[in-house]
Amino acid sequence: MLRCEAPVFRPRTLDEAFAMRAAMPDATVLAGGTDVMVYLEGGVLKPTRIIDLWGCPGMRELRFTTGGQVYGAGLTCTDVLRAMHSHPLLRDAAATVGATQIQNRATLGGNICNSSPAGDTLPVWLALRAEFELGCVRGFRRVPASGFWRGYKKIDMQPDELLVAIRVPALAGHMHFRKVGTRMAQSISKVVFAGRYSVGKEACLAFGAVGPTPMRCTAAEAALVSGASINEVVSLVEQEVLPIDDIRSTALYRRKVAGRIVRRWLDNLPRA
Amino acid sequence: MVIGTSPPRRDGMDKLTGRSLYSDDLRPDGVWYGATVRSTRAHARLRSVRRSEDFDWSNVVFVTAADIPGLNVVSLMTDDQPVLADGLVRHVTEPIALVAAPTRELALEAVRHVLVEYEDLPALFDPLVAEGHGVRIFGEDNVYKRIHIEHGTRTNTTAHLIRGRYTTGLQEQLYIEPQSMIAELRPDGGITLTGSMQCPYYIDRAVKRMLGHDRVNVAQAVTGGGFGGKEEYPSILACHASLLALAAGRPVKITYRRDEDLRATTKRHPAIIDLATLVSSDGRLLELHGRIWMDGGAYHTLSTVVLSRAILHVQGPYRCPYVDLEGTVVATNTPPNGAFRGFGAPQAQWAMERHMDRIARHVGMDPLALRRLNLVVDGDVTATGQTLRNPGGFAVLEAAERAATAPVKRKHVRPGVVGAEMREGRGVALAWHGCGFTGNGEAKIRGTVGLELRGNQVAVLSSSTDIGQGTETIFPMIVADTLGIPMSRVFNTAHDTGFVPDSGPTVASRTAMVVGGTCEKAAQRLLRALREAHGEGDFDTLAARAAAAGTPMRVNETYEVDASVQWNPDTYQGDAYPCYGWSCVIVDLRVDVDTGEIIYDRVVTATDVGKALSPVLAAGQIEGGTLQALGWATQEEVVLDAQGCMRNDRLTNYIIPTALDGPEMVTELVEIPYEGGPFGAKGIGEIPMDAPAAAVAQAIEAACGAVLDSLPMTPERVFAAMEAR
Ligand SMILES: Cc1cc2nc3c(=O)[nH]c(=O)nc-3n(C[C@H](O)[C@H](O)[C@H](O)COP(=O)(O)OP(=O)(O)OC[C@H]3O[C@@H](n4cnc5c(N)ncnc54)[C@H](O)[C@@H]3O)c2cc1C
Repeated sequence: MLRCEAPVFRPRTLDEAFAMRAAMPDATVLAGGTDVMVYLEGGVLKPTRIIDLWGCPGMRELRFTTGGQVYGAGLTCTDVLRAMHSHPLLRDAAATVGATQIQNRATLGGNICNSSPAGDTLPVWLALRAEFELGCVRGFRRVPASGFWRGYKKIDMQPDELLVAIRVPALAGHMHFRKVGTRMAQSISKVVFAGRYSVGKEACLAFGAVGPTPMRCTAAEAALVSGASINEVVSLVEQEVLPIDDIRSTALYRRKVAGRIVRRWLDNLPRA
Repeated sequence: MVIGTSPPRRDGMDKLTGRSLYSDDLRPDGVWYGATVRSTRAHARLRSVRRSEDFDWSNVVFVTAADIPGLNVVSLMTDDQPVLADGLVRHVTEPIALVAAPTRELALEAVRHVLVEYEDLPALFDPLVAEGHGVRIFGEDNVYKRIHIEHGTRTNTTAHLIRGRYTTGLQEQLYIEPQSMIAELRPDGGITLTGSMQCPYYIDRAVKRMLGHDRVNVAQAVTGGGFGGKEEYPSILACHASLLALAAGRPVKITYRRDEDLRATTKRHPAIIDLATLVSSDGRLLELHGRIWMDGGAYHTLSTVVLSRAILHVQGPYRCPYVDLEGTVVATNTPPNGAFRGFGAPQAQWAMERHMDRIARHVGMDPLALRRLNLVVDGDVTATGQTLRNPGGFAVLEAAERAATAPVKRKHVRPGVVGAEMREGRGVALAWHGCGFTGNGEAKIRGTVGLELRGNQVAVLSSSTDIGQGTETIFPMIVADTLGIPMSRVFNTAHDTGFVPDSGPTVASRTAMVVGGTCEKAAQRLLRALREAHGEGDFDTLAARAAAAGTPMRVNETYEVDASVQWNPDTYQGDAYPCYGWSCVIVDLRVDVDTGEIIYDRVVTATDVGKALSPVLAAGQIEGGTLQALGWATQEEVVLDAQGCMRNDRLTNYIIPTALDGPEMVTELVEIPYEGGPFGAKGIGEIPMDAPAAAVAQAIEAACGAVLDSLPMTPERVFAAMEAR
């Protein structure tokens, strides 16, 4: 039985949310609650106050700009799957989160800010060169996904800030998502991958669950762009990832599977 | 006739609509909550156990071994397990002390303020090392039991010698409802226990011996699954809750959190099984030599019986003229292992089925052709010298093969996976399963059922609980058809030892077959008694006369063992089981060659059930058991730390199959009646656990050439086996 007596505050506008956040730096921010509830149940989180962003206006929209797409941080995985024009890589990732019940509550912002290295959307943001829009009473700023996760569960966000939206530029190229989890649903990743590759121009090989933060394999990316063989790229991937042994899998398995995923994707690409 | 149809289950609507009250839903007036102080060490002397001074104990009761009025023993088979550790702990999570408080939070807080000082002793974790080791856990040599069977005549022809080692790991029963028990004080100074359980009379006896008096009754609450995990373990909660209720002078409830339940309660025995066979060049088994080691954990629980079943099943459904088997179940400093669906038979048959595949490889035969060649037929003799009558191996094999000719309907689409390289494979395995207790078990138990006429209705009194398998539905069906009245007029009473007879524990695939059979006989007895008292007529007429006469009508019926069944427990020769069930499983799966992940597409099972009393309930047992077996095969792995404590103690990291992992299931019910069972029924609860894992291994081998002889076949292991090729 889960008991929590902390008072809950529900902002009616984004500005009100910023004001609450500034006034209550100790408060726990709750979006879908699918991570927060687990922490409460496990006793690792004892909130004094809760700011409930669920239903906060202005955070649950998908907008299109000339340069790309803007995802509200409050969009759920189900929202992403239902929207006509959500990004295919993001759809693939959203479809793997938990199962239907979790997808109905799990928000993009929650996945990003919870910053589990195994968060399934995180490599997608890296692969898509996304920018996170943070807001607070002091104003707005943008942080590139590549600079947001600073260390294990450390993020570039001030105590008074909230994640408002994610900006994704329009990019071309081959794209690929792959999750290797523990089962078909309710499965935490052992390895999760998002890749984007414009032949000869740009490559992004992004992984989750193989290091303390989601990460890119920059040496492998550079080799790929410069026309190195698939074998070389794969062996660089295997060297660059930083997996550990834990209760879910082994470092060796994760390292090899990371390489296999990249190999399979590149092997399957239509030859230029 | 309602037998052979599938009326809605009696408990179905209440469970579906959330009206059922499970143990943790019950809140007697003034109830307090109990919690357990557990060992953090695998093996240690307790220097001291005391309450920290920086905590307010005024509203908390605290109990240690010193507070036990009777025997400090969890009574079961051997008096080795204490209710609370007294000076020594032999495994991590062993209960040391208890607390109870008005709220669960306060109780848990109090547990954190009990200070235990340990003096560590060397601990043993590997059964092969523990056997005969100088560090003593049990008896002289850490051996709970050794069983040896030799039967038949040795061969004198030249033959292939084929050897292999097969291993299996721990598995958690994972009933949906965690362990829970409530103790309430009775006006006569006794105690009533209500909770989640399989075997009320096990608890009844354990609590009576611990209290040192007989003023105890035990009632089952609606129970959310057992799978063996609620066979013996609930006695511990019952003893604990009783001690706390006495100390607090009020009702006390103990409900384990999932993580505590996973860390502390029993698991399936891990096994190491060496098999060596002599095989003729055309593939006939000539000799089977088997050595089985099982890890019993730190206390005996039911280990010797688990070992017994393993030994008796390791030959599989195959003929072999000479068999030499030895099994040893060893004590280690890990939490005790205990009853789990299949009870040793799945481990043993995993080994034999894998060994059959090894033989097939060795002599260059198709694995199925090899099985056909050796499959038992009428008149074949088992390792215990039992002559098999009308065995169903070929019947289930043919039924499964027929069903498997249909194309696989459904191919799973994995979210987030495109362009993966998948290899398809099919595997076939066979199993047999002895129904009911081993040997003279039933003769010892003499399970009894009562029937009581209440107006024109009939109450069935038994201690056979419904743990999801359908007892509340099946017994009324059997009694109704025997009396010739509608099922709506027959019902099971509560399973309360205060007024039901002891019909034996709810285990060993015996409830429908043995106790159900006793229900049938009890109904016949009731009719006879009515006729004696009230003359001729159908049940309704007689019941009306009985009601008019105002005399109560109650009969008891005790299970009588067929005199032709002979068993010698010392030589392990004779009729090991009154009858056997048979099963064949055909698995279609795909292996992801990059990751070693397994996708199950279809599982065809054909199972000899004797008679499908309720086809829906029968199929439910088989499909649920099959999914549990698939989990054992490829997903479920208990990860232990250096003290032997389960690290993956959450449902997020102890991986069981979800509904989405389940394949298409084609479930063929084959009916070869057993004349000793009600309407011909055999036990079916456990057999679905036996064959699937081996079929999966064979299918993986067919798909990608990876040979796996250890369970679980996790993606990591499949991947490594593919690389090792
Ligand atoms: C059964 C189950 C299965 C799961 N399966 C998966 C899975 O397969 N893959 C996966 O990646 N995750 C999984 N998760 C984890 C979780 O569902 C996701 O991380 C989800 O995206 C979290 O979103 P939420 O809205 O529920 O976050 P919440 O729990 O509400 O919040 C998570 C964290 O983010 C912070 N936060 C939320 N929104 C904001 C914001 N706008 N600004 C600042 N901080 C914010 C919160 O304070 C909190 O620290 C699973 C969880 C459960 C319970």
